[in-house]
Amino acid sequence: MTTETKNDSGRTGVRGIGLAALRGLALALVSLPGAVLCFVLSAVSIALIPIGVGIVTTPYVLTGVRAYANWRRVLAAEWGGVRIPPSYRPLPKDANPWGRTFGMLGDPATWRDLRWLPADMTAGFVTALLPPVLLLYPLEGFALAVGLWRVMPDGYWYGFVPVSDQTSALGAGVLALAVLFCAHFFTPRLLDLHFRLTRAVLGSHQGELTERVRVLTETRRDAVDTSAAELRRIERDLHDGAQARLVAMGMDLGTIEALIERDPAKARELLAQTRRSSAEALTELRELVRGIHPPVLAERGLGDAVRALALRLPVSGEVNVELPGRAEAPVESAAYFAVSEVLTNAVKHSGADRIWVDLHHAGGHLRVTVTDNGRGGAVIGAGSGLTGVERRLGTFDGVLAVSSPAGGPTMVTMEIPCALS
Amino acid sequence: MRVVLAEDLFLLRDGLVRLLEAHDFEIAAAVESGPELARALAELEPDVAVVDVRLPPTHTDEGLQCALDARRERPGLPVLVLSQHVEQLYARELLADGSGGVGYLLKDRVFDAEQFVDAVRRVAQGGTAMDPQVIQQLLARRSGDDRPLARLTPRELEVLELMAQGRTNAAIAARLVVTERAIAKHTANIFAKLGLEVSDDDNRRVLAVLAYLDHGR
Repeated sequence: MTTETKNDSGRTGVRGIGLAALRGLALALVSLPGAVLCFVLSAVSIALIPIGVGIVTTPYVLTGVRAYANWRRVLAAEWGGVRIPPSYRPLPKDANPWGRTFGMLGDPATWRDLRWLPADMTAGFVTALLPPVLLLYPLEGFALAVGLWRVMPDGYWYGFVPVSDQTSALGAGVLALAVLFCAHFFTPRLLDLHFRLTRAVLGSHQGELTERVRVLTETRRDAVDTSAAELRRIERDLHDGAQARLVAMGMDLGTIEALIERDPAKARELLAQTRRSSAEALTELRELVRGIHPPVLAERGLGDAVRALALRLPVSGEVNVELPGRAEAPVESAAYFAVSEVLTNAVKHSGADRIWVDLHHAGGHLRVTVTDNGRGGAVIGAGSGLTGVERRLGTFDGVLAVSSPAGGPTMVTMEIPCALS
Repeated sequence: MRVVLAEDLFLLRDGLVRLLEAHDFEIAAAVESGPELARALAELEPDVAVVDVRLPPTHTDEGLQCALDARRERPGLPVLVLSQHVEQLYARELLADGSGGVGYLLKDRVFDAEQFVDAVRRVAQGGTAMDPQVIQQLLARRSGDDRPLARLTPRELEVLELMAQGRTNAAIAARLVVTERAIAKHTANIFAKLGLEVSDDDNRRVLAVLAYLDHGR
């Protein structure tokens, strides 16, 4: 946000100044009557609540005020690059006027709106009006210098210059030039100041906090769901796989014990089978372990784990790692499985014959890019594996971006905020 | 033949000691942690080291690192690495110095005592013993498209797999129940199809195959 506003105040071209002055004029013309109207209507409507009329009118008036404030929020974003997120509490759709009135009055955002109206009709109005004034006032000075002074009555003041003859009129011209010079510097800044003022009064950090809480609630629910599903899968795999095989082995060993004297040949046959069962049980356990926490990841960290992953791909992969340390185990694990899923996707759907993976850490973020030379067309959502990846990363405030034009190439970028140790 | 053994799980270590002693190996030391292994390798100068990848104190790839360090100190020091899982990455690191005398096997391979002991001997004599899983991963990766590997017959692929594990023609012949001459013919065909130089040296043979599988286009 700050960088955007800086960019705007730095824009001091002639067009920029003209535009700022024009916008300032428009804002000044709107803000004073708009704010006054909204304020008066709100005050009257709220004052009428005790006699009942206000109960009916207040929701409509306050909705109007919100619309007006929202319109100004949009202008602040479009003209000044100043984002002011609205943070009104949602009202129940079927609420009666009573509920609506007191619901709205109980919302701190409503009171912020009402506090903003007087600020907007005074300081806001001035800061909006100054840019056009700074640009228009010099015109009068120049006109005086050129000859307008002749038709003006004696003792006419332009700024602090009394205009009575050509010399003083030229003085007014010089002052006009000075004002114009100032306008060059201040016009965009004043408009910027107007928007910042709007944000200071109208904006609230509550909105961002609410959004943050919503995201956290959502990602936590996802994380809990995912880990519960994972535990169920592990339990089922153990139960149906290794555990069952070990039971069978126990039974076979019992049979062997009984057979060893009577039928050594049969016993030997069963022994071979038992050994095969134990090998299969081990293979299953190994696969299971790999699905929970891959050994290479535990032993070597993310970089080598991804390298090992690339070695297992049926297409040729190139892995570039620049990680000066290791991230926390849960982050490493999330990143690993995310990369694994993206690679699987690429192999299955892209038709690519080359894949590049790039891992690096910069600015407090772990960034992983997976690029393939396939036919593209990958999207997040619609039951694609990428949605699962997005969720997985979401738990760590990570984000996923996919660039995949039809015809390729596909580039999947993942970013997780984390520190390396 | 003197062996240094490193394995942190008591049961497995005990089992390995018994297995190796039963096959006339002399256990110079049976240790349970990385630092102990490093010391044993430096002081005892064994004929072969049998090492678990994951060892205390870090429980990461301590054993593998110790083995690689020891081989840097004493090139060609025979090392057989055992692991609960096999990873091509590690196989490549072990083979990287090109001096032979390395093995990388799944722990399960001790189930077949004869083959396991055979692998230890082969490594001790400067040969290689790569786990069939490593080889299969490599073959699966390379045979998916129109690379020269696709031109091999199923039988030749079988021979290649055994060759890449580090077996001699005689051993392959015994395994596939054919004559050694037939195997020699197969290997000649394989080398021709893959464009590899023919060599009598077992070790170079495996390295060449692996290098081809790993980087060949």
